[in-house]
Amino acid sequence: MTFAAPAVRFRAVTRHFGPVKAVDGVDLEIAPGEFFSMLGPSGSGKTTCLRLIAGFDQPSSGEIEIFGVASAGVPPYARAVNTVFQDYALFPHMNVLDNVAYGLMVRGVGKRERHAKAAEALALVKLGQHGDRKPVQLSGGQRQRVALARALVNQPRVLLLDEPLGALDLKLREEMQVELKALQRKLGTAFVFVTHDQGEALSMSDRVAVFNEGKIVQVGPPEEIYERPRTEFVARFVGGSNVLPAAVARGLGGPDAPCSLRPEAIALLTGPAPEGQAALSAVIEDAQYHGAARRLLVAVAGAALRLAVSIPAGEGGGLGPGQAVTLGIPLSALWPMEGAR
Amino acid sequence: MSIAALPAPRAGVLRGLSDFLLRRPGAYLALLLVPPLLWLGIIYLGSLFALLTNSFFSVDEFSGTIDYTLTLSSYGQLFQLANLDIVIRTVLMAAAVTLASAALAFPVAYYAARYAKGRMKAVFYLAVMMPLWSSYLVKVYAWKLILAKEGIVSWIADTLGVTVVLDGVLALPVVGGPSLSTSYIGTFLVFTYVWLPYMILPLQASLERVPGNLVEASEDLGAHPAQTFRHVILPLALPGMIAGSIFTFSLTLGDYIIPQIVGGSNLFIGQAVLIQQGTAGNIPLAAAFTVVPVAIMGLYLWGAKRTGAFDAL
Repeated sequence: MTFAAPAVRFRAVTRHFGPVKAVDGVDLEIAPGEFFSMLGPSGSGKTTCLRLIAGFDQPSSGEIEIFGVASAGVPPYARAVNTVFQDYALFPHMNVLDNVAYGLMVRGVGKRERHAKAAEALALVKLGQHGDRKPVQLSGGQRQRVALARALVNQPRVLLLDEPLGALDLKLREEMQVELKALQRKLGTAFVFVTHDQGEALSMSDRVAVFNEGKIVQVGPPEEIYERPRTEFVARFVGGSNVLPAAVARGLGGPDAPCSLRPEAIALLTGPAPEGQAALSAVIEDAQYHGAARRLLVAVAGAALRLAVSIPAGEGGGLGPGQAVTLGIPLSALWPMEGAR
Repeated sequence: MSIAALPAPRAGVLRGLSDFLLRRPGAYLALLLVPPLLWLGIIYLGSLFALLTNSFFSVDEFSGTIDYTLTLSSYGQLFQLANLDIVIRTVLMAAAVTLASAALAFPVAYYAARYAKGRMKAVFYLAVMMPLWSSYLVKVYAWKLILAKEGIVSWIADTLGVTVVLDGVLALPVVGGPSLSTSYIGTFLVFTYVWLPYMILPLQASLERVPGNLVEASEDLGAHPAQTFRHVILPLALPGMIAGSIFTFSLTLGDYIIPQIVGGSNLFIGQAVLIQQGTAGNIPLAAAFTVVPVAIMGLYLWGAKRTGAFDAL
């Protein structure tokens, strides 16, 4: 094992299920200590990738290395990775402490020592008082923490998280996002985080891989994914960006390519367009108030094009459907993209 | 024209009744439960109570009539050597049948629960249930022919030239005998065959309820397959196994036909009950014999609960 070996490396990994290519020629490298998210709609191959790392599934072709060691044929129980399952998969017949101590128990750690370590892990996820409860007696958020403690107590070199926050309500989810990120920073373990929630992926990750139809469409830091999407799919999926056809972008004086345009980059003009902006007439179809922002859906005059516009809630108080507005589009905000998928 | 938000109350006795039951869920529940509860309470528990009461009476040795003063003498008779022998023999047989059924049923149930899909599952259910469709007596007599001295088993042993092995097995002390059909081995084989489905089905149901991701979680945490089996699958399948063992154990404890057709001349509890209440006319002793399986099952369930077998329910 070399010092610089990545935590996880995929080389041209493909996984077929019959004629379906769940994972289709994926190459990726995850650095040790990195918070790496796999983002994509359901069926895009992200969970299959996670299962390939965990060893629950084997690639049809290609290679997966974990810390420089080829993982082909290595069963899940012999891998230095642990998983936090989507529905937690806690053992219903064991109390919380025994659940957390399970990994240590099967490795032959003595009862006293493994219970001490499990108690430590429970304290780490702020559940120190709940060791003697059964999983059914816990709330969803607490079960989630137990699942986390159960994985972390084994000191995995890579922690795999399969939509771990999916079943939690919004407030709890936001709290857990902060806690997970803090925990990851503290432990320095590589986290591989599977999610379909772009907000979650953007806010927590060092890097994000966007999956579509079994392939990675784009990998990069959250800012790059959000601001410079490589394809229309990324633009739409990550934060609901507008996609302008090449003809419209060219007409505005922008690049001759399909362009992404973030809703918050568009302004409402009351006078002539300032330097560097193109004016576009449109009619409001819908206006929604979202607290911090006001979201408008507008139909562009003379083009079969609808744009989402996000303006500060303080502006445009009297706007409603049917009203004509002039949009100011900064040319610098038009980001040309390579393709559709 | 305005449309009424609520329809007017409907006319008719049945409609009125259905509206009433909808408004009073308690009455609805009572209507559903009272008939079966009456049946259970009077016929079932009542007869059990009559049985229990009878076991505390005694038989006048001279007149053969029942003496209705309460006494423990029937239970005293149970502990006479000959009767105690019957109890011990039956309990050991029931335990052996249960263990063998569990061992045989587990792989079958495990395969059906975790691997069989669609067509194979249908084949599984058919294979397990089909023996239950034919008459119990027919099956037992068929086994008698299979196990008889000139029967199929000895014929096969003869053809394969392994008669020595069969003779060796039959020469075993206690469980052996002149032929399979007149030995404890034969009784055991037939019991195990007849009750096996009652072990497979609950076991399969409980294994089916073990979520696949628990097995994955166990592997993920570093457990070898044997450890996963020992710490996750077995404890979670235990309630099903207990349920199955209640069937195999209690059915063996009470059966009086199989040991009469296949096996030696020594009695089992069921046969003793039959003789005591029939030929011997000693209803109190028959009742006391019958209380034995009930008491044993009670103790068994209590013990199973104590060891945490039902914790996963």
